[in-house]
Amino acid sequence: MQTINRLATAALLAAAAASAAAQGTAYVSSEKDTALTLIDTQTLTVKGTIPTCKRGRHIQRLPDGMVMVACTDSNAADVIDPATGKSVRRVPLGDEPEAFDISPDGKTIFVSNEDDASASFVDAASGKVLKSIKVGQEPEGVKVSADGKTLYVTSEVANLVSVIDVASAKVVKTIKVGKRPRRMAITPDGKELWVTNELASSVSVVATATHEVIATLNFEVKGVRSEDITPVGILMSRDGKRAFVALGKANRVAFVDVAARKVTDLVLVGKRAWNVALDKAEAQLWVVNGLSDDVTVVDVAGAKPIKSIPVGRVPYGVVVVE
Amino acid sequence: MRFTARLAAGLLAGAMSLPAAAATLKATLLVPADDPRLDRALAERAYLGHATGPASDGVQMAIDDGQFELDAAQAGVAVTTQEVASPDAARAAAAAAEKAGVAVLLTDLPTDWTLAAADAVKLPVLNLGDASDRLRAQDCRPRLFHLIPSERMRSDALAQTLVARKWTQLLLLTGPSPADAVRAATVQASIKRYGLKVVASKPFKVSADPRERDLANPLLLTAGASYDAVWVVDSEGEFARALPYHTVLPRPVVGDGGLVPVAWHAQFERYGAPQVSRRFAKATKRPMTANDWAAWMAGKALVGAAVAAPKGPNAAWAQALAKNPIDGSKGTAMTFRAWDGQLRQMMLLTDGQGVISQAPIDGLLHPSNVLDTLGADAPEKLCKAAR
Repeated sequence: MQTINRLATAALLAAAAASAAAQGTAYVSSEKDTALTLIDTQTLTVKGTIPTCKRGRHIQRLPDGMVMVACTDSNAADVIDPATGKSVRRVPLGDEPEAFDISPDGKTIFVSNEDDASASFVDAASGKVLKSIKVGQEPEGVKVSADGKTLYVTSEVANLVSVIDVASAKVVKTIKVGKRPRRMAITPDGKELWVTNELASSVSVVATATHEVIATLNFEVKGVRSEDITPVGILMSRDGKRAFVALGKANRVAFVDVAARKVTDLVLVGKRAWNVALDKAEAQLWVVNGLSDDVTVVDVAGAKPIKSIPVGRVPYGVVVVE
Repeated sequence: MRFTARLAAGLLAGAMSLPAAAATLKATLLVPADDPRLDRALAERAYLGHATGPASDGVQMAIDDGQFELDAAQAGVAVTTQEVASPDAARAAAAAAEKAGVAVLLTDLPTDWTLAAADAVKLPVLNLGDASDRLRAQDCRPRLFHLIPSERMRSDALAQTLVARKWTQLLLLTGPSPADAVRAATVQASIKRYGLKVVASKPFKVSADPRERDLANPLLLTAGASYDAVWVVDSEGEFARALPYHTVLPRPVVGDGGLVPVAWHAQFERYGAPQVSRRFAKATKRPMTANDWAAWMAGKALVGAAVAAPKGPNAAWAQALAKNPIDGSKGTAMTFRAWDGQLRQMMLLTDGQGVISQAPIDGLLHPSNVLDTLGADAPEKLCKAAR
């Protein structure tokens, strides 16, 4: 109750902050809806939904500006033109796609196929599966290096990150990280790969030069037991100074000083904070709350929640288009 | 296959840089010969909380799941299954396994058989499927670990759920078997622990004999009292299954029928559980039950120990086994309780069709770990064996 009141007050106070935001739309995917929820980033209100494929999960923008959402139960991704708000094409992504990344040239989609224990390279234009590589059971996060040469895939069961050489489509190394690794971010200088470990309440920092874990950042939240701190979503600011980590069942998002590898702020959001996105100005952080069916918009400068907005059932991912 | 070959090559390359060769953690799974639980007629009923297939299925899946991780660590796990027909046979098989270099014993046996096997060896013993409280209390053993939740954990989970619903007044119906009597005592302990009240307690019997209708007729059994719920203790399962919708008062049935506390249900949809259940159904052509989950967890414990100490020896594996948290797709990594070797874990409440709720219930507090509100807690000191 206290939380809700506080959020409501914050919402009132934040009207000014919200009006400063650029005009745009946040697209939110939900696992139990076959629709994306569209939120006006200026008014922070839902302005509509658009139908999409089944069990929408990972959502992000393609280099050409289109919005792509991977749908696990449709074995495909939906590509939506933000200019018209309409689906322009479907791309088959193999069995049970969950998370994906896109090659820098936009031609290849790298996707984790969770029931297949594999990572696939999919031709973005034709949807043809070019390569399929076995990784550990329940593959999840997929991240490609900025030069497009190296692909990283986490396996939730194997507690490993597979390092895949894109040219040869081979696993060249496996990196042992924490329990149930989920998502990854790469520092803008390309030197570090950060991996969230859902059941270890931590982030493993991997040196990309050696592919060794060089540090582990453990999260602690006062009044919350470590087993309830389950980090999943992670994102870095463009300057690489700050990372944002959604702490799952701890219902918070952590702001992390990347160089110091220290948590600077903990912001209370909704239930089971899952994935995160930033607006272009990096003024607002969007946090998807899987178990309260809403997203929380956080003022980055003040490290304060501005507003929580109800969306679809079991929301999963968000992307902001301006 | 190509994949295996490539990894094997990698293994060879890796071996050159490593001084010691990789070792294989060997384990033996002891199961009853002609397991009466798996008689077709009974297994087909699939009573909640009962096994519907061999424990080896879950163990095997865990090893298959873990192969990638094992390969990466240059570790290996090999489990052989052995049938035994008596406590003596269990004892002999356990001793022979230890002699043959087996590092861990797995049992899916009746209580006394597991004790016979455990007392014959100095190895860690993983109890896969026996929920008996005495294995965690007066008959506990120093190196005995339990993957399946105890009866006490199950009844605590249900008692908590009743507290959350404010269904505090209970009619308790207990079956005629010795197992029912023991389990009813456990249920009473949970009822006491969580401040519920038994307004009436009656024995029941499955019978068509008109002279025994007071014992056998659900309408007669559930009349003459006012209660919020009927808690039925029926280890056999037939009576409890037919009890819901046959009560005089329109009240829910809980316990071994109606709403049942279990370690796992194939319809559980959080924490990546559907992927696990789907893999199991794909491999075995049957839905994954709590017993299967416990067997899978035992396999995962072996994989975890092998990865933690790829070169062994047995003592290192025993140590890793006791300490390593295991991820069982129930939201948190799970560990064994130091005082009785029980795997602490969240429980599911199911009506057989889906998962209705979870325990521990929201808002319940515990000084160190809320999962320890389920089952025998440390201060009770029920297990005297030094661990």
